[in-house]
Amino acid sequence: MDLTRRSFLKLAGATAAAATLTGVGLRKASASTDEPLRIKYTKEYFTVCTFCGVGCGVICNVRDGVIVNTEGDPDHPMNEGTLCPKGVAHYNVSYMFDEKGKPKPNPNRLTKPLRRKPGASDWEEMEWDEALEAIAKKFKETRDETFIEQENGVMVNRTDAINWLGSAFCNNEENYLFKKIISSSGIVNFDHCARL
Amino acid sequence: MIDYKNSDVLMNIGGNTAENHPITMKWIEKAREERGAKLICVDPRLTRTGAVADLYVPIRPGTNCAYLGGLTAYILDNNLYHEEYVKHYTNATYLVNEDFDFDNVTGLFSGVEDDPDRNAKAYDQSTWQYQTDEDGEILTDPDMQDENCVLQIMKRFYQAYSLENISEVTGCPIDTLEESYRLYASTGDPEKAGNMLYAMGITQFSHGTQSVRSVAVPQLLLGNIGRPGGGVNAQRGQSNVQGCCDMGILYHILTGYMPVPQRDAHPNLDAYNEAVPEGGYWVNRPNFMNSMLTAWWPEQSLDVAYQYLPKLDGTDRSHIGQYYRMGQGEVKGMICWADNPAVSGPTSGDKRKYQALLDWMVVVDLFENETAAFWKAPGMNPADIDTDVFLLPAAAAYERNGSKTNSSRWIQWQEKVQQAPGEAKSDLWIADKLFKAIRKEYEENGGVFPDPILNMNWDYGEEADSGKVAMEINGYRVADGQLLSSFGDLRDDGSTACGSWIYTGFYSDPDNPATKRRIAEKEGIGLNSEWTFAWPANRRIVYNRGAADPQGNPWNPEFPIFKWVDDQWEMMDVPDFNANIPPEESAESAFIMLPEGKGRLFANGHGGAGGTSNDSPMPIHYEPAESPVDNLLYPQATFNPISQRWYPVEEHFGEVEDYPYIISTYRVTEHYQSGIMTRNMPWLVETMPELFIELHPSLAEEKGIQNGDMVEIESKRGKIQARACVTSRIKPYNVNGNTIHVVGLPWHWGFMGMSQGDVTNDLAPSIGDPNSTIPEYKAFLCNVRRVG
Repeated sequence: MDLTRRSFLKLAGATAAAATLTGVGLRKASASTDEPLRIKYTKEYFTVCTFCGVGCGVICNVRDGVIVNTEGDPDHPMNEGTLCPKGVAHYNVSYMFDEKGKPKPNPNRLTKPLRRKPGASDWEEMEWDEALEAIAKKFKETRDETFIEQENGVMVNRTDAINWLGSAFCNNEENYLFKKIISSSGIVNFDHCARL
Repeated sequence: MIDYKNSDVLMNIGGNTAENHPITMKWIEKAREERGAKLICVDPRLTRTGAVADLYVPIRPGTNCAYLGGLTAYILDNNLYHEEYVKHYTNATYLVNEDFDFDNVTGLFSGVEDDPDRNAKAYDQSTWQYQTDEDGEILTDPDMQDENCVLQIMKRFYQAYSLENISEVTGCPIDTLEESYRLYASTGDPEKAGNMLYAMGITQFSHGTQSVRSVAVPQLLLGNIGRPGGGVNAQRGQSNVQGCCDMGILYHILTGYMPVPQRDAHPNLDAYNEAVPEGGYWVNRPNFMNSMLTAWWPEQSLDVAYQYLPKLDGTDRSHIGQYYRMGQGEVKGMICWADNPAVSGPTSGDKRKYQALLDWMVVVDLFENETAAFWKAPGMNPADIDTDVFLLPAAAAYERNGSKTNSSRWIQWQEKVQQAPGEAKSDLWIADKLFKAIRKEYEENGGVFPDPILNMNWDYGEEADSGKVAMEINGYRVADGQLLSSFGDLRDDGSTACGSWIYTGFYSDPDNPATKRRIAEKEGIGLNSEWTFAWPANRRIVYNRGAADPQGNPWNPEFPIFKWVDDQWEMMDVPDFNANIPPEESAESAFIMLPEGKGRLFANGHGGAGGTSNDSPMPIHYEPAESPVDNLLYPQATFNPISQRWYPVEEHFGEVEDYPYIISTYRVTEHYQSGIMTRNMPWLVETMPELFIELHPSLAEEKGIQNGDMVEIESKRGKIQARACVTSRIKPYNVNGNTIHVVGLPWHWGFMGMSQGDVTNDLAPSIGDPNSTIPEYKAFLCNVRRVG
């Protein structure tokens, strides 16, 4: 694909136009055709955008346990219904449209625990129980082999051999559990992307 | 961010609000439409923010401290500072040790010494301290005329930051500089509020902390902190980067910004709790610390619980340091949650090589990211790599419950609205099950000192419930489990438990927790005090004593968030000061977290509440570690002499003869960070399909590069390719008589996902700021050539 800056702009423009048309066309379509409104018979959930730190409100329309639409929350004081290009595209994290315009799951989402064994050139699927047990054993082995209980007469309870990166993508409650695991097992090499 | 609508002048420096925090622009536009506010954009590139600003100020990458030092000099030289604010709320009147000195040839302050362990210099800060009388009271000159008072020291120090000099250093024309300084300094008018917005273009330097301080200093001089429309506003790039810090996921802190214990300084709990700052609100820290220990190990005594905590040995354990020691073979295992350092870390090509030295690695993500798939990277042979890699499938944001905290410190609850696909699970579920599996191993097989693990309080149900975790973070009374609504209720005697003290109150009513509130403000100035919960204590503007004068009158009657009437305060926000004492008394400690209670124009770690200015008491201009020019302000200085180094300078950094162009990295609105999410989202891939390099037509012509050609970009540390985007948005700078070209690249690409490209950060250097150890992504050197 020969992409010059001009064709970048064309592409971007076409998508922006398409987005606008969808917004306008939706109402027209519901008034003039038999096609039902995408959000008909859905339950609305309020959630928060997953991307930048502004914290915009997002409405998810869910039918039969499946998100059919995401859009800006008009009652949210931060964004008052608007969203940026990433926020608008939320739906794509889980779903995309096939060639006929029908929704299908995003095929690249991970759905099974995977393991690449030493020297192997591909992943193998595994069960959660197996994965957790195998990781716990390795974790314990490394910790026990490298644990420093006392240093300079002080109880330091430390292993220098395990790195742990938490995440600004994870919730407070999730990061809090990370903190408790780190602190109880002696991990001191921990950080997250706020350092970068 | 809604408060931006109350600003009179906004300066967006080292950030690109329109591109990276687009919805925030709504509130900037409101300020412009309704208040006639002006927007100044300071950036090396004409960005999307610059394109709509009232004034665009181009500066060479890496010269923020020079530009903002010039603003400070302009304010001081022209007496444009907010005098009453400066006298009462900052340390401008304080006298500094007579032996404090600065050498404007070497660019070094008094007390400099060699630090061979770090291959850098360090400071003995004893001459940076305040003068005190026999009783330890700090000496001041209320008229700010004494030659040793902070204001006079600053006037001398900033003489070098004249318009002429700053124009030479930054490459910005003098008239543009002066216009921007005049406009921004107009907010020194007590009724006016100026707002500084920044992001990684301020912080990502080997002098990043000084860069942030050079934003804070003019804000203090102009009286712009603690009031509506003002502030030093760091625009957070991720939805919960704030909360992740609040939970202590940085190697140097526990929850709620309490320091991690140091082996030598804090061998036991008494030593830790005695090491609180000498004054300010942190004197209450033992209540918070002991409540955290009680939440974690309720069955043990506080002393034993403290002993369980890991103690640091003085080694740097930050991101670069962690990977450095991985490269040295010291690290055996790694667990990486929704993070992608093989793309996002500096010198990321080396990081991928180091991962091959690990015995095992666990990665948790929505998609197969480059960190997990490092053995598939170009140049890697999987057969040679013995690392055992686990990749665990995670749930997306709306597939799990929990709270996250935005740039305004709003802790917002997000609901789970659908099941994650297949067997993907929430990070909460995975962390809970993993810890239970680790415990089982210790219970069944014994092991080295298992007590902290086996005794850790862990009671969130068979399937961990985020509400139960939230209640523990919030805090409760141990005797009856009663949830607490204020951190003022926390005690140091083991009678209260609290996971992170600054969150107390966010989940104190389990039936209707404040974090789930959805009551938008109908009338008011945009504080939205009933929308969720803002830490601390649901306070919307921190240091808000600064919103009113010492007598208690709001500086601007339009925004009376605090007003002293009939011997009491009328309040619109939760006070960040003692509201039960007369206003003249609370005015003495407007900056309540610091022992001296004053905003620090001059930073010296006074009273044990320091440690964030190892390299300079006043913001100073140093060049980036790789720079095509000498330090024009200090002839014998180059880059930050105190900066944190891991690799030999002569091996890690290139010379201008080989790498003549400045490169700066940035983000685009269509992609997110390392790109592993957005490069797997087809709508976004379509709008921004591949990695590109922005370069000026004159450089393109010199190099025979046409728009759309593939270009090879090389630094001392790596080589990548990107598509040429030839544009006059990125102009060359004339510095000291030389033309210096700048190129720019986004860093969202990698070798996995629907859209693939080279990893820009393979080029970036691994050097850190001496306080924060943040890497220098925003200015380093490269060469470019057309491919083929």
